[in-house]
Amino acid sequence: MNAWQPVIGLEVHARLLTRSKLFSGAPAGYGAAPNTRACAIDLGFPGVLPVLNREAVRMAVRFGLAVGARIAPRCIFARKNYFYPDLPKGYQISQYEDPITAGGSITIEPAGGPRRDIGLVRAHLEEDAGRSVHEGFGRGTGIDLNRAGTPLLEIVTEPAIHGAAEAAACMRKIHTLVRWLGICDGNMQEGSFRCDANVSVRPAGSQTLGPRSEIKNVNSFRFVERAIGYEIERQIDLIESGGEVVQETRLYDPDRHETRPMRDKEDADDYRYFPDPDLLPVAVGEAFVAEVRDGLPELPDARRDRLAGQYGLGAADAAQLVSYREVADYFEAAAEAAGSAGSEDAADAARLTANWVNGELAGALNREGLRIDEARVTAGQLGRLVRRIADGTVSGRMAKAVFDAMWGSGEEPDAIIEARGLRQVTDAGEIEGLVDAVLDAHPAQVDQYLGGAEKVLGFFVGQVMKRSGGKADPRQANRTLRERLARRRDEPPAGQTP
Amino acid sequence: MTAPAPDSVAGIAAGLARGDFSAEEVARRFLARIEALDSRFNSYITVTAERAIEEARRADDARRRGSAGFLAGVPVAHKDLFCTRGVRTTCGSRMLANHVAAYDATVVELLRRSGMVTLGKTNLDEFAMGSSTESSHFGPVCNPWDPERVAGGSSGGSAAAVAAGLAPVATATDTGGSIRQPAALCGLTGLKPTYGRVSRHGLVAFASSFDQGGLLARSAEDVALVLGEMAGFDERDSTSLDAPVDDYRARLEAPIAGLRIGLVEEQFEDGVEAGVREAVGAAVRVLEGLGATVRPIRLEYADVGIPTYYMLAPAECSSNLSRFDGVRYGFRAPGVSSVEELYVESRTQGFGVEVKRRILAGTYALSKGYYDAYYGKAQRLRRLIADDYRRAFEEVDVIAGPTTPTPAFRLGDRLDDPIAMYLADVFTVGVNLAGLCAVSVPAGFAGSLPVGLQLTGNHLEEARLLNVAHRFQQATDWHLARPPLAEPAGGTPAGRTQDGGTRGGGTQGAAGASEPGPTPAARGRR
Repeated sequence: MNAWQPVIGLEVHARLLTRSKLFSGAPAGYGAAPNTRACAIDLGFPGVLPVLNREAVRMAVRFGLAVGARIAPRCIFARKNYFYPDLPKGYQISQYEDPITAGGSITIEPAGGPRRDIGLVRAHLEEDAGRSVHEGFGRGTGIDLNRAGTPLLEIVTEPAIHGAAEAAACMRKIHTLVRWLGICDGNMQEGSFRCDANVSVRPAGSQTLGPRSEIKNVNSFRFVERAIGYEIERQIDLIESGGEVVQETRLYDPDRHETRPMRDKEDADDYRYFPDPDLLPVAVGEAFVAEVRDGLPELPDARRDRLAGQYGLGAADAAQLVSYREVADYFEAAAEAAGSAGSEDAADAARLTANWVNGELAGALNREGLRIDEARVTAGQLGRLVRRIADGTVSGRMAKAVFDAMWGSGEEPDAIIEARGLRQVTDAGEIEGLVDAVLDAHPAQVDQYLGGAEKVLGFFVGQVMKRSGGKADPRQANRTLRERLARRRDEPPAGQTP
Repeated sequence: MTAPAPDSVAGIAAGLARGDFSAEEVARRFLARIEALDSRFNSYITVTAERAIEEARRADDARRRGSAGFLAGVPVAHKDLFCTRGVRTTCGSRMLANHVAAYDATVVELLRRSGMVTLGKTNLDEFAMGSSTESSHFGPVCNPWDPERVAGGSSGGSAAAVAAGLAPVATATDTGGSIRQPAALCGLTGLKPTYGRVSRHGLVAFASSFDQGGLLARSAEDVALVLGEMAGFDERDSTSLDAPVDDYRARLEAPIAGLRIGLVEEQFEDGVEAGVREAVGAAVRVLEGLGATVRPIRLEYADVGIPTYYMLAPAECSSNLSRFDGVRYGFRAPGVSSVEELYVESRTQGFGVEVKRRILAGTYALSKGYYDAYYGKAQRLRRLIADDYRRAFEEVDVIAGPTTPTPAFRLGDRLDDPIAMYLADVFTVGVNLAGLCAVSVPAGFAGSLPVGLQLTGNHLEEARLLNVAHRFQQATDWHLARPPLAEPAGGTPAGRTQDGGTRGGGTQGAAGASEPGPTPAARGRR
């Protein structure tokens, strides 16, 4: 049996967050009533002309700089000609030769695998088509041109991905990056972030590429992974049973978990590309590029490394914090509120903050389907709660109750701790009193302990907590119990005769 | 200096300014002439009589209030390739026979804003593809100088309308010669501005990198007056030039002594009809008489202009016309049962033969495996042709020659021979390939038919071209000649006829200040 190597390249379409369309002044963005966001240019009326949206160029350059691509000093828009009812002009304005950015790479860390750079071929600007609506028109088809002319950045990777999980990691990385840069909202349900995957297999060690199938428009990370996984197996099975892979476009059906050949415009693959004579070559000047570069935020990988170093976080925690720029911002604001930087305690507080952001907060957001900027607990509030954990005012368990209360009311942690009497008992005398009372009430268990059954200690801790109404600092209770028990071994209490 | 003809732009503007007549009277006079005479020429597809009267009244109001511009109340006709809001914009095609434009082209908007009165939309070759205005869905246009002959194309309707006195000036477009060639064939002054000088917004595209709006009028002066209002940068057209607009009118009178004129030898050889050669030769001598010097120049790649043009323009057209698919607007074939069939039938029935020929040729030129050999090679030749002109303009100020190798040919003569038809543009396409400006000026007659002198200028040299043309027209009166057929029966023969020469021989051309009412001639259309 042969060993096969899958070879995968991705084409990601990210809808750019411009206010207006790529070549018209009509508003971009989804969700409006059909054909209410399309002007004469989007409708392809006779005589209309495209005028390039400069903001889209800025966003493309922003992406190019973030991935270390070459920004073309002069790029060209080309027409991709084909007939389709939702393509108003009979051609799509895209880029063919001379795209706005070329090269660059992204780094992926597939689960369990080493870090790897995946090269990018290019990223280019193009306009989206409209939508054909098949429901509600009897035997006919409705056309909604709201989406027509919406700016897309098509990001093309090298065919250098060798597994379904790697492909998903790659797509996630691009997803994080475009949102991080503020150029795409990443909404996959609405189609703001779509992915086509070119999949082929070849005998391990071979350098030539096998015939590929293109899987179109897969709209979730999970489906990308499953679709590619399925397609790899299908191709291997096909070849091993003596068949041949044909170059074709296939559609993934998540319900049946299979890919099927697609019959449509893709049959005709001669798009007769030529430079669009309505648009002059776009000169992207050095000053413009410098200006965009100056406006770039700290990028996810750099920020991950900085968070790990500066706050002493583990790799997994740091990586999770940079999945969204807003999460990283939230974390840093919370960490600052949790305690001043520099000391050993501060590092503890930062790690604790990371746990809370990635744990309780993420869980609460998930439950309610909120984005982090919609969180009901501010970064400052969370930081101040962590500070109370770190200084022993509340236990971790109590803090969860405080957090829930904060989430519900939006109140400050100290106010909740005060109002609900949740302050942890840390007073040595008070704890000693509790401990003594518990030991006095359970002489049989004391004897067991003194007789060597140390596991009874847990029982005593539980009793102390119970007596304190949960407010005793468990660590302190533990310590005091050991001390008092040791003392009873050495000097039995008065009134007790040997 | 002679007073401008009373039915010229300058004459009407002056009369309106003096209060000799109202804009409404002018509009009614032209509308009556159209009504009476256009059945002979078929120069209009749509006459917007009500709108014209309304606009004329508005111009009269403005004049009473003292807020009228120089051109307020002067009528204009628009080639039916320019979008006019609320008025059907057909492009001479069945595809758009009932298409009412949703917006005004920039050119239309600018001229409306200057107060000009829209008489209607003029006939043209379908989607401006042709050199005879015979490919129009609305029937061919006849040349006012000889109704058996073509008016040229594709702006044949605009040319015939102005030549027949059915409009003082008309907008037109020039992709490979479509302003200059009909100007030559109809005895008019026709300017194709530098590519990008006039906005293409709202001009239905034939070949986007060639298309340019311009004007057909009687004289260079008339062109200058109107061009000043319609030239300029338009942010809605990315290929529009962001350069200041010259004062064309102010520069008309500048002396041209010392002007360096280049002549291309091949344009005076056997391929050119003798009558044309003689008239153009005489015209060049008039310019020499005005102090210009003449020297030969070479345009090395001139002979590949036609094949280069007929590779690139159809390629662009094949893509530009893809939007006419029967889905959103325009002609939709009835009785189809699939999307595929909808496309095929709508386009098969909606487009005429010449348009389909060019779409097919262009599709082929862009196809995989042929792109480099055809489109790519033609692009390289286009650059070489542009280089030719660039070198030439290092030595000369303008290039002079015949606009066309022959005067107007007979209707139907070249319909079955597309190559012969395409060769009508042999002297004009180079200008479009290089994106330059050029003007065709009446330069006499070959037999009974007008001959055009083409003057080509460097980028943005419209002012110089109009200056040279105007000085030439001050020294000649070919531009004042009127086709006898367009004269109302019983009217005074105003202009000189075909046997005239340069000025000095009388008072031809200066028609009486009061224009007699038009009388429909008995002669109908062929």
